[in-house]
Amino acid sequence: MSYEPVTFSSIVAISLAAILTNNFIFSQFLGICPFLGVSNKMSTATGMSVAVIFVMTMASAICWVINDLLLIPAGVAGFMQTVAYILVIAVLVQFVEMFLKKAIPALYSAMGIFLPLITTNCAVLGVVLLNTQNNYNFLESLVDGFTGGLGFTVAIVLFASVRERLQFADYPKAFEGFAICLVSAALFALAFMGFSGMKIPV
Amino acid sequence: MTIVLAILILGALGLLFGILLAIANKVFYVEKDPKEEAVRAVLAGANCGACGYPGCDGYAAAVAKGEAPVNACVPGGAKAASAIGEIMGVAAEAGEASVAFVRCSGTCGHTKKKFEYEGLNSCLAATRLGGGNGANICPAGCLGFGDCAAACPFDAMHVVDGIAKVDTSKCVGCMKCAETCPKKLITKVPASYTNAVGCNSTDKGAAITKYCDFGCIGCMKCKKECPADAITITNFLAVIDQSKCTHCGHCAEVCPRHVIHTTVEKSEAAAS
Repeated sequence: MSYEPVTFSSIVAISLAAILTNNFIFSQFLGICPFLGVSNKMSTATGMSVAVIFVMTMASAICWVINDLLLIPAGVAGFMQTVAYILVIAVLVQFVEMFLKKAIPALYSAMGIFLPLITTNCAVLGVVLLNTQNNYNFLESLVDGFTGGLGFTVAIVLFASVRERLQFADYPKAFEGFAICLVSAALFALAFMGFSGMKIPV
Repeated sequence: MTIVLAILILGALGLLFGILLAIANKVFYVEKDPKEEAVRAVLAGANCGACGYPGCDGYAAAVAKGEAPVNACVPGGAKAASAIGEIMGVAAEAGEASVAFVRCSGTCGHTKKKFEYEGLNSCLAATRLGGGNGANICPAGCLGFGDCAAACPFDAMHVVDGIAKVDTSKCVGCMKCAETCPKKLITKVPASYTNAVGCNSTDKGAAITKYCDFGCIGCMKCKKECPADAITITNFLAVIDQSKCTHCGHCAEVCPRHVIHTTVEKSEAAAS
């Protein structure tokens, strides 16, 4: 398979798209579960973001290698991609979990159930499948994975700061809890719509 | 042919990843004391922090290492203490249970306000305004926004009629509420307490009567009448020494300001 040569501007374009215009959470609506689940406290939100950035970057790199050097030459890429990618992501999450348990036990217990749930975080599977779909080469995949994770971080950290302030806000009783959370998430998504339509000339 | 290839590739990948994870498991192996898990299982599991450790897991780890006493789990009480003692092979003496007590009695309509407060619904925010007393004239009084109620993991603290009130049937004495109270109004009292002074103002009597119907004026009446000599008065504020209190309830009866809270029945107090 042939790829277009990597230029600096294409890298910038991919980064900006992943962080702002095609933000996984606010524009593509992937990875909503951890976004709503661990955004109530800033500390857990940042911890989750670091784990997602790591898993996304590693998954992008490894999946590219598997797809390009194994699946495509064998001619089974069409139907094997999703299965193989999920396998890679599951292994990576297991690995991160073991590492955190040993190195940062406090973060490990703070993230709780959401760490194993990165396995089924559709943003992670989304980023690797989109890499393949967009025919990115290795470097571009790596950049897309990393900046996709950064986009997730931007979304969840911004939202966590809003939710921390929401605790003191005066809103109608009926909105208490998850309702006000979803309303503010919708407003965020609306704000991020402002980035769509922006095109970076390559 | 394609199917065989697909199976082979996936099988090979699975095997490779499996080996990698097995190696990682050895490298990142965390030794865990079996005692720790056993201790964790008998704790109350409220993660309240009353023991002084970060959550139940932290306490269980400290107990397993022999660094923490076996009876520190407040919500678990005597049951948890004896169970942990059994696991650790130590005889457990249950710690004396305690509950929180709010030292303010200034309910709505019985206190005067300086101004109408319409800021954030939080005691902490209110203390940042107007000299640190919120809308209260009283420098010590409960602000009634319920920071303590929000912090309570057991639903034992509620704001009733403008001031925080402890539900002693639910309170386990973890004192999470006391940490959040900007007025430092909440103290620990033995769960068996019957009398406590519901005021924390050190203002002189003449000042207190102007803004609160209940505040302690330091008139010394309870101190003089107490048969057990358990009451001391410093800075115009009575304090009952719970270790000396004989639970007669006499102080509450003689208090002209009705600021001593008592659970002793009137007739019972009169009889004794």
